[in-house]
Amino acid sequence: AAAQSRPSALQSGESLATLKNESDSLKKKLEEERAKLHDVELNQVAEKVELVSALSIRTRRVLKGHGNKVLCMDWCKDKRRLVSSSQDGKVIVWDGYTLNKEHAVTMPCTWVMACAYAPSGCAVACGGLDNKCSVYPLSLDKNENLAAKKKSVAMHTNYLSGCSFTNSDMQLLTSSGDGTCALWDVESGQLLQSFHGHTADVLSLNLAPSETGNTFVSGGCDKKANVWDMLPCASVSCRLYDLRADREVAVYQKDSIIFGASSVDFSLSGRLLFAGYNDYTINVWDVLKGNRISVLFGHENRVSCVKVSPDGTSFASASWDTSLRIWA
Amino acid sequence: VIVFSWPDSGAKRQRCVTCYEGKVNRASWENGCAAVFAEALHLGNLLVRYGYIYPLKEPRALQLKPDESPYRFQTPYFWISTRWPATELDYAIYLAKKNIRKQGELMEYEKESYSQLHKRINHTWDFVVMQAREQLRASKQRRKADRMVLECQEQAYWLINRPPPGAHDALDMGPEKGNVVNSRVNLIENSKRALGRNRVKSSICLEGFVKYSEQYHNQDPIMHGCLPSNPWISDDPAHWALNADQVSVPTRLRVERWSFSFMELLNDSMGRKEFMTYLEKEFSAENLCFWQACEDLRHGETSKIVQKVEEVYRQFLAPGAARWVNIDSKTMDKTMEGIKHPHRFVMDAAQMHIYFLMKKDSYPRYLKSELYKSMLAKAIVPQETKKSVFPFMRRQRHSSPSPAKVIATATEQDGQGAGQAGANSSAVSQV
Repeated sequence: AAAQSRPSALQSGESLATLKNESDSLKKKLEEERAKLHDVELNQVAEKVELVSALSIRTRRVLKGHGNKVLCMDWCKDKRRLVSSSQDGKVIVWDGYTLNKEHAVTMPCTWVMACAYAPSGCAVACGGLDNKCSVYPLSLDKNENLAAKKKSVAMHTNYLSGCSFTNSDMQLLTSSGDGTCALWDVESGQLLQSFHGHTADVLSLNLAPSETGNTFVSGGCDKKANVWDMLPCASVSCRLYDLRADREVAVYQKDSIIFGASSVDFSLSGRLLFAGYNDYTINVWDVLKGNRISVLFGHENRVSCVKVSPDGTSFASASWDTSLRIWA
Repeated sequence: VIVFSWPDSGAKRQRCVTCYEGKVNRASWENGCAAVFAEALHLGNLLVRYGYIYPLKEPRALQLKPDESPYRFQTPYFWISTRWPATELDYAIYLAKKNIRKQGELMEYEKESYSQLHKRINHTWDFVVMQAREQLRASKQRRKADRMVLECQEQAYWLINRPPPGAHDALDMGPEKGNVVNSRVNLIENSKRALGRNRVKSSICLEGFVKYSEQYHNQDPIMHGCLPSNPWISDDPAHWALNADQVSVPTRLRVERWSFSFMELLNDSMGRKEFMTYLEKEFSAENLCFWQACEDLRHGETSKIVQKVEEVYRQFLAPGAARWVNIDSKTMDKTMEGIKHPHRFVMDAAQMHIYFLMKKDSYPRYLKSELYKSMLAKAIVPQETKKSVFPFMRRQRHSSPSPAKVIATATEQDGQGAGQAGANSSAVSQV
């Protein structure tokens, strides 16, 4: 079954005007409720925190091999391997440390916008303009054609923008341009749960570590990030949202930054925020103090994806300049 | 820092190397210089990429070179920010002009575009040729120097709006995103739900976040460095070997991390094993076994759910079960009801109960126990690797066995499914 957007109809007696009034007054009430518990700003709390000492982050590896824009990447749990996907339909698995390409798959579609490494390290998932997410088991037999063992898991009614394995190889979470997110059983391809709630394309998703292990965040073109139980649209600012306080607590922006940020990730302690921008740079922000610590140059086209490695020793960036870089 | 020179009056060419304005204090001049130059170069490069400045010597190389190459400002008429649609008609007229002016001046890709346009807008072709002739005639009225400048400007404009195949396309926006209907009704539902949400005071949340980042500061290799060295920087993977899933002696940082939260202890396979040993001594190991079985149920194959639920019931919940877990009657009743129609999350309530039991009771006692304290005492603190005497000599980078291979071997040899997804502690050198 394909996950679809649920159409909504006006009830009899409602007009667009009354709906607008209702939604506006609700919004106002929500802001009032939030303001009641808003007793301090982040920079006040962070006053006593020491400044970040100068970081010397540089490119440590450049992964070349894609023939076109690299759109997405994901780390393997072994902290050194990674998978990347490209506009030309290729998905490559690398040992980032040695720069060896270990596997390559050619997808039947272009613009492979999402890819993910399975927690076991034995498979990768990917998809894009084919509206699907497929899982490829990684075989070490050089003669075996990986595409032959491909398993179609997710089906959406629009492009696949993000995918992620939840906790195990058996379940896959996907986000799509059709405005929905969905949870799938990998083995059977069955749709387990569908999440509607965005009013426009969903562009990205990320799992949240929690004791119940049931939550994830999705970001969409409607400028909303939803937290689901079971992104950012390229905006010029990066925003930090506290889920317990239910409010935005910090904005990371500068007048000199005029291009949108496409992808962000935190360092292991959460103190640093790495953000990839459409002006080919990566900005490093001090999450607590709110200032920009440094700008990293190197890519020659948009940065499409930024991810910190599982043990926090480095972070990788994927770019439209066809390369990936690993920074530390 | 401003590195920018204007031409002498009367000179036709302007020279612009990089331009950047910013406050620089004397103290940071030395350190800041390289950084400032990098940013200036980057900004200048963007200006070239987007056509606000164009190179004179090699018009098709749209990149800023930090040398003596001359550049010229593009006239505002041709700026991308004007957002004039560079239509097929405009492009056709431009190519026609080029063609008429000097036969064979079109590049291969321009010739192709020209013939494609000729087919596509054939119905207005007379107009195209007429416009081209008219514009050429008008430009002949100008001084030769001005005419040349105008030609350069126009060429630069079209190199941005119609980049040659394979060239950087600054205006590339990516695939078209679809349009989903904006629903006012959905917004209302979301707002109502949001109103009902429990909120916590900002001070508590933010203090919590600050505390978290301070607690994890030493664990963050990018903030604090890591011992013996960061493999990506030093080309020495010892750090990974010392922190592999299965090691005989863990590192101190790792063992300390188990004390940060119960989740940290459980997320580390070695920590979990230690905790299990402790629980066995306390005769409450069934709690952790139950929790693990529930995790396996939640994240495993859908086809095995029914079978797993039965197993869990038989081993942990049934009266007289071998590893019976102590759950309050209300939760037990709810779980029993749920088991009648088994699904992935049917054990959630029971699992939560046991989880919090361990967290509130066994976990704090474990941290005070001899078992934990001795583990902490004998944990390794690796020596920091002194920076290499010859920083330019790169060490050989050894490959590691693929995680896929590790699991395949395990299944073949011992028939056990559970494998590790970590780098093997013995690095294998690549021939």
